Order: sequence, then structure tokens, then C-alpha cells
Amino acid sequence: MELKTIIEAVLFNSQKPLSPKELRDVLAQTAENSEEPLAKSFKKTKDEELITVLEALAQEHEAAARTFRLVCVAGAWQFVSQPEYAPWIKTLVGEKSRPGRLSQPALETLAIIAYRQPLTRAEIEQIRGVAVDGVMQTLLERGIVEQTGRAEVVGRPSLYGTTPAFLEYFGLRGLEDLPAADELRKIPVKKPEALLTVEPGLATAPPEQLALQEVTPRESAPTEDATSEPRNTSPAEPPTEPPARA
Amino acid sequence: MSEFKVQFEIFEGPLDLLLYLVKKEEVDIYEVNLTKLATEFISYVDLMRQLDLDIAGEFLVMASTLMYIKSRELLPKDLQVVVEGEEDGEDPRWELIRQLVEYKKFKDAAGRLQEMEHAQENVYRRTAPKLSFDAPVQRMEVSIFDLVNAVNVILKRFATTDSRDVFEDKWTVSEKIEAIVNLIRERPAVKFSELFAEATSRTEVVVTFLAMLELIRLKQIVIAQTEEFSEIEISQAPPQPIAPPPEPPAETAPAPAAELNLRMN
Repeated sequence: MELKTIIEAVLFNSQKPLSPKELRDVLAQTAENSEEPLAKSFKKTKDEELITVLEALAQEHEAAARTFRLVCVAGAWQFVSQPEYAPWIKTLVGEKSRPGRLSQPALETLAIIAYRQPLTRAEIEQIRGVAVDGVMQTLLERGIVEQTGRAEVVGRPSLYGTTPAFLEYFGLRGLEDLPAADELRKIPVKKPEALLTVEPGLATAPPEQLALQEVTPRESAPTEDATSEPRNTSPAEPPTEPPARA
Repeated sequence: MSEFKVQFEIFEGPLDLLLYLVKKEEVDIYEVNLTKLATEFISYVDLMRQLDLDIAGEFLVMASTLMYIKSRELLPKDLQVVVEGEEDGEDPRWELIRQLVEYKKFKDAAGRLQEMEHAQENVYRRTAPKLSFDAPVQRMEVSIFDLVNAVNVILKRFATTDSRDVFEDKWTVSEKIEAIVNLIRERPAVKFSELFAEATSRTEVVVTFLAMLELIRLKQIVIAQTEEFSEIEISQAPPQPIAPPPEPPAETAPAPAAELNLRMN
């Protein structure tokens, strides 16, 4: 017996997904109540050690191509069935109780929030080009989006972000698990200098002239009122120009 | 007519319509001819109005932006308006393209989220059954004498009629075993008398009784009573490592202690 198999047994018999902390508690309590030197030896297992073991376990199950796999959703580990076995499991235990599917506008709005959080309603609407009141209401009611604070700009509008329920609904381990996360979390589209020389009618520069620029998340990102950017000082060096938010 | 306003569902917002038009043109967003796009966009908005569809105000804003871009293009380059404070020329075309590109990225991201949403519907979480370790109702052991006594009470119902019956092998122990197993599967506990409620003859009672004894021996059922001389209850034995088929009387894996104490001798 080793830590890995113990963790497997515990997870397999758990009635809910377990976080590394909860697993640690199980180990500590067992050590407390047991005289076994083996049990005692896991008394002070560290989170990092647990995560390493959990990852290894997940990989083992993956490699063995079993009908179930070990996944981490919103920070908690659990065994889940492979989706292709759903028809039979459905017959046995019935449909999963899940709220109805999200509409296209709701998914778009949610995608913007998920990748760009925290952000204000105005910022969402700017990207979508259309009002989002109705969909925001749905997302808030379903508890997959929540108000996370207030922006330090005029009017102090609410900032929105996703909740752990969002991760659970989509089976995500964390926000970094979102597809194409690094690309979409930043503000990618930046005007190339060459654009202005394009002939009228041919709207813009060809794609190869368009530069993508990365921007660090909100901590350092400017807000709308940051109009004092030294925009004109170095027009010839687009990559070093501070990010412009239109 | 005007009360039948329809939401234009296909295009949620003006950017949606623009993307649709770009797609129809089969060109890259970056290469699209915005002047042409403006004309098409406005004709769509016109059509939507003719059909009396409820047009979101954002469509009109977009239409005016496009008109501005189009009118600007008509002027020679050196005569084009330079908006104050934007000497560097915040090109309105670029502004729109940038917005379109960004919107498209999120639309694609939404598509991926949708795939994940659907996939997730088919993922079932393994959940261990909830074990109830609540103290079971105080149970008394039932001796074989209690059982015999109980069956004797039942047999009295047939005391007179049965003796004249011609023996007929109408009931078999294995049939009755199956009947009891089914009954127990449906309910957590069955009263002793219920097992014989439908019995029509002495023989049937005896056969049922033998079946019950066999199940006890196989550790498939347990019998207990809540207090002395109360009605005996039969329930499913606690789960065993391997569920043995009821047929072979072979020794099953060691099960939790059955509550029957055979004190025959």
C-alpha cells in the first residue's frame, strides 16, 4: 500500500468530490485514530505531494483506458465515467439533473466574462455590440456568474466574474483550463501602423501586417479613463506601445 | 400588424449580422470590403424593418457607423476628415474590424463552451452509495423455536381441510425461494405472516417455510424481531462481497453474522 492507492480507495468511496485539503484531513484523522505505523506515516502529507499523487493516478487511469477517469473539477477530485458509456448509465440511473442548456447569447456573454474577468457590464456590451441585460440576469440567476467587486472608475460599476459552479457546469479544473485561455484572456488585436496606407475600399491591411499584442490582466491594464497614453511619441514601434482599449 | 413584433433571433446583435455578411462574402475579416459591407448591412436592416421585425437600436448605430465609413471612403485621401485629438488617425474601419475580430474570437469560444456543455451531460460522477450506519432498531435474536412456533400458528389455518388433500407437488422450494427473494428486494422488511398470506394449503406453507430456512442458511436473509414474542421480520442480508446465486447450496463467502441462532440440539 502506498499513498496513491490509499487516495484512490478514498476517492472511489467518496460521496462527493474531494479537495486536496479534504484528502489531507482524511489522512490526518486516520493517523490520529490508528496505531498502524503506515497510517501514522501519512499524518503530515503536504498538499503538493497529494497533487502529485493525484496527477499520477489520473494519468494511470488515462493510460489504462478504463471506462472511468479521475478528474479535477473546480479544485476537487472525483471519478467520472467516460462519456461514451452514457447511454447505459442513463438507463441505470436516469438523466443527470442539470439546468437547461444555455442559449447562444448566454454562451457568448459567458465566454467574454470567463476569459476577461473581472469586467463591467459596459465592457461586455462593448465586445458583444449589443445589450446584455437579459442574459446577465440568466447567468446570475444560475449562479455561474457573480458580482466580484466594483471597478475603480467613475460610477464604480459592478465587476463580474465566474463562480465555481461555472467550472462544475463545464467540467473545468480551473480558469486556466479554458480552451485557448492565454490567447483570449489578453487583448489580442492591435492596429498595425501600416493600416493607414491601405487603399480606400480595401478596408484594412492583409492579415500578416496585423500584429497581436499581449496585455497583462487587469492589475496593470488601463481602464477607459487612461487617455494619457503616450500614443504619439513612438508611432513606429507598435509592440512597445501601451495597450489601447477602445 | 405592428403588434406582431418578432425578435430577429438569428442575428443577436449587429456584429452577428456583420460576421454573417463577411462569411457570405467568403473573405477573411481583414480583407473585407467595408464599403460593400455597409451597403449590404443597410439593406438587411431595411428588410428587417419592412418585415416589421423589432430591430435593436444597436443595429441603427452600426448602420450609421458604416455609412460614415462609406462616405469617408468617397473622399480623396488628403481630404478625409481627421477627427480632433486623433491626428494619428484612429481609422474607423480599423476600429470596426478590430471589434469584429474580437467578437468572432468570443463567438468561437462560446462554441467551444457549448461543446463542453454537451459533453458534460454525458459524464457521470461516481458517487458511493450513502451508507447508513444509524443504529438499527433494537433487534432480538430469533431462535428456531420461535420460527417453528410462528409457522405453527399459520398452519392452524389449514388444520382441518388439508388432511384430505391428495399430495401434489404443486410448489417447489426453489420457486418459493425466488418468490421470497423478490419480495425482499422490493421492501426493506417483510413480516413473517406476509410470506404465508397467500398460501392455500398446508403443503404450500411448509414449502415456503423450508424455502425461508434455506435462504437463512445461504445467508441471503436475516430474521429478527423488535421485541420478544413480537412478529418476526425478514429482511435482506447485508451485502456480501460476491452475490451468490440462490441455486447452489455451496458455502458462500463469510458474511456478517446472521442473526439466526440455530439451537436445534
